[in-house]
Amino acid sequence: MAGKKRRGQAVRRSRAEAFRKLMMGTNEKLGLIVRVFLYVMLTALGFVFVYPILHMGVTSLKSLTDLLDPSVQWLPHQLSLDNYQKALDVMGFQEHLMDTLLVSFLPSLCQTLSCALAGYAFARFRFRGKSLLMGFVLLTFIVPFPVLMVPTYTLYSDYGILGSILTMILPAATGQGLRSAIFILIYKAFYEQTPPSLDEAARVDGATEKRVFLTIGLPLGLPAMLTTFLFSFVWYWNETYTTSLYMGNAALGDTHSVSTLLMELSKFEDSYKAYLEKVSGWASKMGGATSVQNEAVTMAGTILTILPLLIIYFCLQRYFTEAIDRSGITGE
Amino acid sequence: MKRRRIGLVTRREMKGYIFLLPWLIGFACFFAVPLVQSFIYSLSNVKMTAAGRKMSWAGLANYLYLFNEDTVFMDLLTAFYRETVLRLAVILVFSLIIALMLNTNIRGKGIYRTIFFLPIIVVSGPVLQRLMDEGATTVPLIETYGVNGIISALLPRALAGPLNSLFTQLILVLWYSGVPILIYMAGLQKIDRVVYEAALIDGAGGWVVFWKITLPALQPMILINGVYTLVFLATSGLNNVIAEINGRMFDTSFGGGYGVASAMAWVYTLTLAVGLAVIYFITRPRRAREVEIIKTREQLRVERLHAARAAARKGAKHGG
Repeated sequence: MAGKKRRGQAVRRSRAEAFRKLMMGTNEKLGLIVRVFLYVMLTALGFVFVYPILHMGVTSLKSLTDLLDPSVQWLPHQLSLDNYQKALDVMGFQEHLMDTLLVSFLPSLCQTLSCALAGYAFARFRFRGKSLLMGFVLLTFIVPFPVLMVPTYTLYSDYGILGSILTMILPAATGQGLRSAIFILIYKAFYEQTPPSLDEAARVDGATEKRVFLTIGLPLGLPAMLTTFLFSFVWYWNETYTTSLYMGNAALGDTHSVSTLLMELSKFEDSYKAYLEKVSGWASKMGGATSVQNEAVTMAGTILTILPLLIIYFCLQRYFTEAIDRSGITGE
Repeated sequence: MKRRRIGLVTRREMKGYIFLLPWLIGFACFFAVPLVQSFIYSLSNVKMTAAGRKMSWAGLANYLYLFNEDTVFMDLLTAFYRETVLRLAVILVFSLIIALMLNTNIRGKGIYRTIFFLPIIVVSGPVLQRLMDEGATTVPLIETYGVNGIISALLPRALAGPLNSLFTQLILVLWYSGVPILIYMAGLQKIDRVVYEAALIDGAGGWVVFWKITLPALQPMILINGVYTLVFLATSGLNNVIAEINGRMFDTSFGGGYGVASAMAWVYTLTLAVGLAVIYFITRPRRAREVEIIKTREQLRVERLHAARAAARKGAKHGG
């Protein structure tokens, strides 16, 4: 009798112990409470992170009645693409998309190659003053752009290339593009991690340094190049200070001034007013419902400018998030 | 033999320079020369005439003008740093917390990582400006509960201003933590599991493990993140200081022009350098202090026992 009771107690105790382990976890395994807490926290914070983008997307899809109805928060009654149609017209999307692609694609391609050369040199060669030069590379990251703004502007205007894409390509092709230092670090770490035995074999077989780089170094560095290119592309796409300064006011006689989508977005209001005037001629009476719709059209325009980047990111996000591991800044 | 070897090495060295040549040219043309030139501009009066630029020596006049007479720039600069200190702290702590949460073995880590890194793709001046105009950059709860009003009522204005701007742009500020999160995560993965196991066996709890093992091991990452975040905040698309310098460059009235703009840029750069130095000295990895090992009474008793036994054995050996 007493034994049975004791055994019952033991079973209950071990059950309680198992329950406690499940909830609170052991040293090896996280408990259920901790797990749930983590998921809730991460999901909530993740929501906060994408909230502006979601808000933007939803607002851009609302029709005028939904916009005026304060009870409609997240789910519009009907999806309206009107705002997008208007935004496309206001921004002159097609024309400026080409400009943007040009302004982001060419410099990022140049930057990818020039930084690869520099990173390869830092990783594979020994030369005097290497650490000093590496210090200079870091210096170019730290010194903010405004200091160089005035002299480079006068430099370009002296050479008469203001307003041309050369103002973006020349620095990029010589490793001085946007945040080049980061890319040089990525390449340097990448080439330091790949063993030089292939190079040496090729060198023994009589290949020149140029050939070694072209046939071994470049193909080996492809993953680093892809990462660099993607980041570079996104950063050039998003850049407005330099593009508007160097390319915003095109040289006289140039009929087509280059304007990227981001630059168009920053003057969206004015363009929209001009557009309304052109379409119906009553922009001056704008107010109430129109200004509300204004918001939706602006959001649609914003979505349009970042949409290509979002697509690239979601297709290739592995290459973005792995960049940190590649850069070697965490010390291998 | 020896000479030939040196020759080979120097030839290799020359080839290194050849690979570096494009960068060296770029560094000279687009960094070093402009840097010096901008310093010269900041010390001169630059006048734009039909014939071209006319420069005359002005000494420190531009700088003195900025410090003594200019009404806008210094205010913008101090406002920027007041906000940046807060933001830096928020970003560094927030990203550490997220990284610690993502470092546990939960499922769906990749999805969360994608989400937290997403803003890096989107942050650019005009887009952020749109979002701010739309009021989509703050957590809705903050607005509903009137947090800003409470802060303004309770705190002195010098503190309330930056705090309020932090809250109204909270999401934007957090958006800068994408890269720091990844850097912290990479750092966390480098910590040897064995150290944690040893700590657990010694009976250390999670809290102690965090302060004694995780945080010290992450110190270099904190330094990198601090530098990275400060540089990014300083060159972000919404920076009023840069906008002011940019505008002043083409301002032909008194207190404008290349000279003053360059002086502003140099003041900005030097303050940033001070900021970076401060970050370095706060977060630089220090040499481990000698830890005084505190022994329990039990341990001391056991030790004494062992010592006594060893002495006894020694005595016995000598006796034999």
